[in-house]
Amino acid sequence: MSAVMTVGPAVSSVVSAFNVDSLTHNFWALTVDGLTYGSIYALVAVGYTLVYGVLRLINFAHSEIFMLGMFGQYATLMLLGFTPNGNAYTEGTLLTIVYLGIAMLGGMAVSGGAAVGLERVAYRPLRKRGAPSLVFLITAIGASFILQEFVHFVLPKLTNQKLGGVNAQQPIRLVEPTVQFTFLGADVTNVEIVIFVAAILLAVATERFITLTKFGRGIRAVAQDPVTATLMGVSRERVIMLTFLIGGLLAGAAALLYTLRVPSGIIYSGGFILGIKAFSAAVLGGIGNLRGALLGGLLLGVMELYGQALFGTEWRDVVAFVLLILVLMFRPTGILGESLGRARA
Amino acid sequence: MSIEKTQPTLHLGVGDKLRLWWDALARPTQWGIGVPFIVLIALLPVIRPPVITTVGTDFGGVLAQFGMYALLAIGLNVVVGQTGLLDLGYVGFYAIGAYTVGLLTSPDSPWNLTDDWLSRDWAWLFAVPIAIAITAVSGLILGTPTLRLRGDYLAIVTLGFGEIVRLLADNLSDITGGGRGLSQIAYPVVGESADKPNGVFSAGNTTAPLNSGTWWFWLSIVLIIIVLLVVGNLERSRVGRAWVAIREDEDAAEIMGVPTFKFKLWAFLIGASIGGLSGALYAGQVQFVVPTTFNVINSMLFLCAVVLGGQGNKLGVIVGAFIIVYLPNFFLGRTELFGIPINGDDIANYKYLFFGLALVVLMIFRPQGLFPARQKLLTYGRGIYVATRRAALAAASVVTPEAAPATAGGEPLKKTADDTEGDA
Repeated sequence: MSAVMTVGPAVSSVVSAFNVDSLTHNFWALTVDGLTYGSIYALVAVGYTLVYGVLRLINFAHSEIFMLGMFGQYATLMLLGFTPNGNAYTEGTLLTIVYLGIAMLGGMAVSGGAAVGLERVAYRPLRKRGAPSLVFLITAIGASFILQEFVHFVLPKLTNQKLGGVNAQQPIRLVEPTVQFTFLGADVTNVEIVIFVAAILLAVATERFITLTKFGRGIRAVAQDPVTATLMGVSRERVIMLTFLIGGLLAGAAALLYTLRVPSGIIYSGGFILGIKAFSAAVLGGIGNLRGALLGGLLLGVMELYGQALFGTEWRDVVAFVLLILVLMFRPTGILGESLGRARA
Repeated sequence: MSIEKTQPTLHLGVGDKLRLWWDALARPTQWGIGVPFIVLIALLPVIRPPVITTVGTDFGGVLAQFGMYALLAIGLNVVVGQTGLLDLGYVGFYAIGAYTVGLLTSPDSPWNLTDDWLSRDWAWLFAVPIAIAITAVSGLILGTPTLRLRGDYLAIVTLGFGEIVRLLADNLSDITGGGRGLSQIAYPVVGESADKPNGVFSAGNTTAPLNSGTWWFWLSIVLIIIVLLVVGNLERSRVGRAWVAIREDEDAAEIMGVPTFKFKLWAFLIGASIGGLSGALYAGQVQFVVPTTFNVINSMLFLCAVVLGGQGNKLGVIVGAFIIVYLPNFFLGRTELFGIPINGDDIANYKYLFFGLALVVLMIFRPQGLFPARQKLLTYGRGIYVATRRAALAAASVVTPEAAPATAGGEPLKKTADDTEGDA
């Protein structure tokens, strides 16, 4: 049969796609870039993990919270007087960092607000009636549609076509990636340093917050045993709001960092894939586990880029999804194990 | 749930009364009403009633799309509605069905069979069963490792699967044509005539009302009826009872001796093959497949149809599919409605926004969907079921809830499960 004959070249072209040289030659460069992406995934993953830990719910709309954060920081920069053009901002390092900080706060405000709003409008009525988890998930999908389409169609009308719409935003470039030093043959740029350091700082701060403060104790208590926590005087509703707020804030911060790395990624549909990957990262590390989210994020970022080098750019997302499926099959509780309450009690 | 608790739910809405009336009818009477109704629906694209007919796109084509979406909704309903497994990657099966037909019959594909020994006139018909078989196998491949996962995890994994299928279609450009897709896919060549040299199913047949869309719509109606008969029989069998048991409480089902994994796999397999059938129809109608048609967002749309129509109600989800397909097309290209000027294209553009809103609002106020499924007394056969229905109908006409006979309590109108699943 001719069909069998023609399988040959197709399969061989797939096999020749295994580019081991590309992986070994660029190993450290890939690692550095992977850690950059990974730290962004980790920040978004914390949002999934916290909400899952407290509510046993996958907040499917979290990717859209992240997407809103991208638009939030972009709008902040526009309000500050920046316009989209090819040149980076060149008025000194300190001022750049200040503007980055302001933009990050703008993104965090939008994302945090959206996350809390989502909780209030969509999830709380369901919780009041004790709806099954499928209902929550479908609501989250609906909310995801609404937020995406809001940015797709409504936002451009509200902002006189300056924000949102079918196409990605023209990038506003604050920082031009320049090589700062070389690490084992891999160039490390200022953008990568900023992303990595900021993400790690935020992740550690969140972890400290959950571990040390009264609010954090409340979150852990509700995660471990909602009924007992309520009896001990912890307000469950307030804890839930707080977890959504923290998740949203971190997603907003991650949104700014992401746009530094991928300036042309600000588009209404830009949160979807990243959201799935961040969720994969959370599962990889052990969902409900904060340190797991960080570890999973970094690991996924690095693995994904190794896979990309090995199989080609177009297979990057496939690598991430296959990784997710493999982890869920063989270790559904992730590397560090599940549960916010148990892991850090 | 005790009987006392369920009796107040006998407050009947319009839909409930209609259902009671229908259920209390004898089988021949049901056929007598049902068949003309189906014929009426089938004749819609021929009659093309004034307001209902779409303006911006061909009405026959819209109905053909509805037919395919109805099949998808029925298939997804087996997985989501009957068995309670949230599958967010259902579009993957649709894609596999369409691409199988494309790969076997498109001249762009390395596996094209129509060059050598297969006549193009029969290639589509030949490819359809293969497409169904291959999607069933792919359902097995996806299900075997992943169906041990529960709820949310399963949803995400299937989502990943749907996206992987699309990426494969996009990336394996040597085989699938990549982003260019596969063109000139075969279709059944039937009813050739002087003005329709390629038969009535050809996309070249554009003479309304009997254009290709209408013919594909009729074909899909036949397939829908066949699939409904199959699925309906499964529902009333041991398999269907196992599915419901799994949906309501998987652990309890397992303990009661239901091989849950096996039946979940069956649900996946049957759902997948129906999706594959729909994909094969799509490939034949459009004669062209590209990866972008099979974006994961379509999975959400299919899910929307199932949830809107009423999970578990196979007729309800068909209505859901109709809403999903018809409403955006209804507004497309319309500049006025009953004399009121509207911007129809704009409204059609907002479809995902409206469907998202519909999902959120529905989940808050009516999570069971527009036409909720009822748990029937499956074990006792239809006779007793009809008897209880008649009793309930009599009780409802008396109005006083106390008058409702105790037998009606045996099949409570399904509540929103808030009593049983108060975790979260």
